[in-house]
Amino acid sequence: MDILERIALHYNYVIMIFLMISGLYIVIAKGNMVKKLVGLSLFQTSVYLLYISPAKIIGGTAPILDEKYKIYSNPLPHVLMLTAIVVGVATIALGLALVARIHEAYGTIEEDAILENDTKNPDQDNVSGEDQ
Amino acid sequence: MEAYINMVLLTLLAIVTLTIVRQRNLFSVVVLFGVYSFLMASVMIVLDAVDVALTEAAVGAGISTVVLIGTLHITGSEEMRPSRLALLPIVTAAATGAILIWGTYDLPEFGKADVPINTHVAPFYLEQSIPLMGVPNVVTTILANFRSFDTLGETTVIFTAGLGIMLLLRHKSRKEASKILKKDVVFRVIIKLIIPFIMLFAFYVHFHGDYSPGGGFQAGVMLAGAVILYSIIFGAHEAQRVVPQSVAAFMIPLGVLIYAATGAISFIYGQNYMDYTALASYPKDAHHLGIILIELGVLITVASTMLSIFYAFVERRH
Repeated sequence: MDILERIALHYNYVIMIFLMISGLYIVIAKGNMVKKLVGLSLFQTSVYLLYISPAKIIGGTAPILDEKYKIYSNPLPHVLMLTAIVVGVATIALGLALVARIHEAYGTIEEDAILENDTKNPDQDNVSGEDQ
Repeated sequence: MEAYINMVLLTLLAIVTLTIVRQRNLFSVVVLFGVYSFLMASVMIVLDAVDVALTEAAVGAGISTVVLIGTLHITGSEEMRPSRLALLPIVTAAATGAILIWGTYDLPEFGKADVPINTHVAPFYLEQSIPLMGVPNVVTTILANFRSFDTLGETTVIFTAGLGIMLLLRHKSRKEASKILKKDVVFRVIIKLIIPFIMLFAFYVHFHGDYSPGGGFQAGVMLAGAVILYSIIFGAHEAQRVVPQSVAAFMIPLGVLIYAATGAISFIYGQNYMDYTALASYPKDAHHLGIILIELGVLITVASTMLSIFYAFVERRH
């Protein structure tokens, strides 16, 4: 009973950790680079939850001031996460741009196939060079 | 009640995550990730983070999905079956999870007001927002005034990421755009009707951001989203006649410069960087003006970066 109560009071953290380790698992176990970046995104969004959850006050309202309300949730983590989301998509897109270039150079985005290609042709420059 | 809705949404979030991990078709993964983002946005609303929810819905479910699908169009959407056994990653992830859960036992309980995170600097922001700046949305005042140095840094990161993507994916333009959806009358009419309202809503979110959820970040993503939607239906070539790639690329540094210049004006009046009181004779007006200028810089950089990212991926298709 004690454990169940503890889990209920810490439910946000439990789910947050689940999302985080799911992302971690994808990044380690999956060889596909798009999938890896999705895993990285999962990891990142779990951090949003980590920051926003403790800022919530039961019975409070969104931090937009009005005379009718007295209790507001903590606005500071909201600001930090708001900017983190937009920065997050920009950096994930940068990662995806790299993946697109890797696909052009190697013809695959599977980690295993790329490593195999590199060990087979160690001296070959894989960049197709259409930009040069 | 709030706590129960929160628990139900979080459980759904966990289920969707489990499906993302198990799913091999990357197209399904991307769509599920959009569902995940909408669920996350709903959780944020329940947790009173309305500004964050707006951003997550626009960015996570909108822009991310578009960019991911753009990548899948280049790379193909089947994931290979891994050759090695996934035992070590599972053990690593489970062990990390166990340690972290053990760590949460010392964290404060959910929803309490008298915990350290809610008692130090946050009450100051909530009390001083109206007396100092006359802006009721505290998230906006912190973002654009109390902690405007942070936001400048983040805007610069977005600028840098956009620059990197354009350098990585430049020069491979292809004339014939995908015209599959162009012939669809229903799409064409509906999209043409909807786009003005999307843009109107984006400007509302931007200019009303002092009094309601929203601001430069959300509005920028929405504006870019409107052009991306147009581009999806009518082809990237048509969209670039409306907003050329060069204009979008020019606007990315412009926004950062507006932001940085607003801060630098204080130097001329012998004050600290980002001290808005130099902008007008009356401090409250000065702070408000500073917030508006900075949000404008953010809007321009975010909108043009998101659009440039999209253009870069579309131009790269084979």
